[in-house]
Amino acid sequence: MTLAQKIEEKIFKVLMIIATYFILVVLAIIIYSIFKKGIKSLSWEILTQIPKGGYYYGKGGGILNAILGSLCLAFGATLLAFLIGLPVALYINVFLIRWKKVAAFIRFLLDLIWGIPSIVYGAFGFTMMIYLGLQTSLLAGIITVTLFILPIMIRSMDEILRTVPYGLMEASYSLGSNKSETAFKIFTRQTISGIITAILLSFGRAIGDAASVLFTAGYTDHLPNSLLEPVATLPLSIFFQLSSPVPAVQDRAYASALVLTLIILIVSLFSRGLGKRYHKTKINF
Amino acid sequence: MYILNRWQRHWANNTWMIISLLVVATLPFFLFLGLYLKSFLLLHDYHLGHLLFGKIWKPGIGQFGFFPFIVGSIWVTLLAMVISAPICLLAAIYVTQYSKTRLLRIMHPAIDILAGIPSVVYGLWGILVIVPFIARYLGPLFGVDTVGYSILAAALVLSIMIVPFILNILIEIFRAIPVELKEASLALGATEWQSIKQVIVKKALPGIIAAFGFGLARAFGETMAVLMVVGNVVELPKSVFDPGYTLPALIANNYGEMLSIPKYDSALMFAALILLVVSLFFNLIMHFFIIRYNKY
Repeated sequence: MTLAQKIEEKIFKVLMIIATYFILVVLAIIIYSIFKKGIKSLSWEILTQIPKGGYYYGKGGGILNAILGSLCLAFGATLLAFLIGLPVALYINVFLIRWKKVAAFIRFLLDLIWGIPSIVYGAFGFTMMIYLGLQTSLLAGIITVTLFILPIMIRSMDEILRTVPYGLMEASYSLGSNKSETAFKIFTRQTISGIITAILLSFGRAIGDAASVLFTAGYTDHLPNSLLEPVATLPLSIFFQLSSPVPAVQDRAYASALVLTLIILIVSLFSRGLGKRYHKTKINF
Repeated sequence: MYILNRWQRHWANNTWMIISLLVVATLPFFLFLGLYLKSFLLLHDYHLGHLLFGKIWKPGIGQFGFFPFIVGSIWVTLLAMVISAPICLLAAIYVTQYSKTRLLRIMHPAIDILAGIPSVVYGLWGILVIVPFIARYLGPLFGVDTVGYSILAAALVLSIMIVPFILNILIEIFRAIPVELKEASLALGATEWQSIKQVIVKKALPGIIAAFGFGLARAFGETMAVLMVVGNVVELPKSVFDPGYTLPALIANNYGEMLSIPKYDSALMFAALILLVVSLFFNLIMHFFIIRYNKY
């Protein structure tokens, strides 16, 4: 090995270490700056009250409307996406197990859909609302976000369902159960932890996305009380408060960002923990 | 205890599955159709070339030139990729080839968290950290007077946002390469870095290109974070310190007034249609790279 080669290797190794730790440091900086800015203006009042008159000029109130709105929207969308996504993921893995090409095509289609930016879903949702004569509402938001998280939900369930051993399916058939029973009773039970992880992952996506709800869910200062009325969401409340020129309102945007980040961190911690805990009950062939 | 008997349940489950599958499989088609029908009004009255390459954007007098937005989007996306790609590649090689598995165990949750942070929060972080950084340090360093809201700010924020996507794919690709290949190269007397450079990276090349392509498509469609830091000025940017405007930001910023000006809604849906077509096209091409890679 010549000296030049040795130096090249050393340089690249240093660069690699820098790149790796750079990513970790940036993550730490992001979390730190969100916490540092947000914790100052976070208060009980912000979490438990709806905006009062003059809220956007610095008067009192909180973002309870956005917190509850976001939770409603994300729960609704995750539930709907689960109801559509689970059968699709099961269909690919149970019914299409011998039709490898068809299954591969559906997976490919899902990956394509996954790549579509959320703003396109927002715009599409908006055109649909105009066609159907709907107003901006919780329902329109839920439908749009459902479309947006569907590929995420299905593909992450699919990844885990693929790991189900072939023998388990054969055992189930040999005991006389049909395909749908095998799918809904055996496959779901074997992969329950993965399915929960998929649900939590989709929930995190649903609650954090702003571009798709911008057109469809609208915004309101009231608490969500009907599917057919507009609803406030956390990402949009951050966005709107941040555009205000009043410093006090901007501070509350930082607090709202902290709330949103915390929700997402908790959801992601939960999904990691669950994945580990239920791993033991898995049957191995 | 069941309302339906066993065969009825079987039938119901099957119908449920098939309907869901149809919903999902026809989704891209309906997305395209919906946006196309809505932007048809614009496409009917204007020449496609004029729309894509027209430089004047004045919806009030019926001038719809998307060129500044397209150029802005391309600038931001490419710049973000130029920053992000080498970092991701180096980090992925280090994590999979050199470091202990302990580091990988730290990296995985870190990637998850980075991927999970909502884009609004990234945008907020960009306003808090990146924009003042450019205005105070980077701008003066290059002798430019800037407020910070610029193409560069958007690219920097985006480059962080796409790290988890690219890095995740890259790590998977490098881990899928059999360790025997590297061992064989080492046994022939190559150094570790030589083996990585000549054997592993070469073998993973289609996968690496695909990972970058997915990152590119993701960056092209990113809305809120870019919107918050890019400056939103409709003009052709001359340098990276100039403010710009991107296609997703155009849609998101103007949804409120789009029904008040004729054809404005049509124009915004056309912007969404461009985004849809570009993202589908990119993902399609990159899939062929992945398929080629899987065949090895």
